[in-house]
Amino acid sequence: MRYERLLSLVVALLAWHVAARVAASPLLPTPADVAVCLWQELTVGPMLHHLGATLRRVLISFPLALLSGGLLGGSMGRNPKLDRWLDPWLQLLLGVPAMVVAILCYVWLGLGETAAILAVSLSKMPSMAVIFRQGARAHDRGLDEMARLFRFSFCNRLRHLYLPELAPFLLSAMRSGLSLVWKIILLVEMLGRSDGIGFQLSVYFQMFDIRHLLAYSVSFMVVLMLIEATLLRWMDSHVARWQV
Amino acid sequence: MSLAGKSERLRLCLTGKSWPGSPPLLGRLEFALGEGEVVALCGPSGCGKSTLLSIAAGLDQEFSGSLHLAAGLRLSMVFQTPRLLPWRSIAENVALGLGGLDKDSLRQAEQALEALGLGGQGHLLPGHLSLGMARRVALARAMAARPDLLLLDEAFVSLDEACVLQALRVVAAEIAGRGLSVLMVSHDGLDLERLSARRLQLVGRPAVLA
Repeated sequence: MRYERLLSLVVALLAWHVAARVAASPLLPTPADVAVCLWQELTVGPMLHHLGATLRRVLISFPLALLSGGLLGGSMGRNPKLDRWLDPWLQLLLGVPAMVVAILCYVWLGLGETAAILAVSLSKMPSMAVIFRQGARAHDRGLDEMARLFRFSFCNRLRHLYLPELAPFLLSAMRSGLSLVWKIILLVEMLGRSDGIGFQLSVYFQMFDIRHLLAYSVSFMVVLMLIEATLLRWMDSHVARWQV
Repeated sequence: MSLAGKSERLRLCLTGKSWPGSPPLLGRLEFALGEGEVVALCGPSGCGKSTLLSIAAGLDQEFSGSLHLAAGLRLSMVFQTPRLLPWRSIAENVALGLGGLDKDSLRQAEQALEALGLGGQGHLLPGHLSLGMARRVALARAMAARPDLLLLDEAFVSLDEACVLQALRVVAAEIAGRGLSVLMVSHDGLDLERLSARRLQLVGRPAVLA
């Protein structure tokens, strides 16, 4: 399995290398060129600083989106009346482009960190709410009755009933959320920040420097893959533990 | 209040119960349950026996009438389906019914499981159990809480003869020893005989006591 993954990566890199050699253009550097650039930016360049800035925004905006989407979706899933009231707005918010949200946040709140984080959280929140609403709808009311009858404390309900039941939905929200949030963050950084991977991408785009552009993109993709391979895999195995 | 010399644990005076958009399910009926008494609700499928148990458990409060439970009454129930938390081991399921996963609760849970022939299997997850085993875990959870009133909703279905006898022995011992009261739904006349249950026959639609 791992061998096949590695092989597929090697084949893709090889294809890229051959294409770059054939093109022989600065617009399509070879993987080795990008790797060297990545290493230089990482060791002597400002990549770590920008990577840190973007990662910080992910670490703040993503839990915010998760929490607000979870609360909204959970409440809508448990309360049909609230669901009927808010569903049209949720559908509307799902269709609002992230760029519009980012522009409005920057216009209303100024070109600051708060606006950037709020824009990312607001853009991602509706899709999180949809996943959590689905989770709340799937809630087993029989287990709820059992918990009431055996007088489970609020903490026990939360820890032993609601959270494990929502875990597969939380995992799904995290997986889809992480892959989207960083794309939104890059957009927000391009539009109105002076640091972060998105800012660097906009700088190198203006210079048509594809080598740096790819190096910065790869750096953040690697970070996300590490999160996937560690945190999300661990959560996956934990959630799947009881599924027979 | 007393019932044939024994303290009354439950009195249900129902004037009606219906589900939204459906004709009335239960009509006017009244019964009481005393200490150490076993009452069985009998009747055809769908006549409202499980609904009556839910009302008696306080889980269904949308009915006309009144429910009186003795002050400080400890109530437990075995549902028609086991209703175990699939992500917790069976010992943890029983312990959570006692209030938490502390050492003391887990020890009591193991004892309750052992009494029902599930000793040494507390680490298993509900998904690994047969329906019969899961039902015994649900009974262990209900019994571990040392209830004053036990509600059994077809609790012995899918158990083999030996397991039914074992489960009945555990319940009967609590009835004789502590005066446990039992309100049960069962289609098996043998179970009712073994527990010397007083039968309440539900008839008609809306169902009333015969």
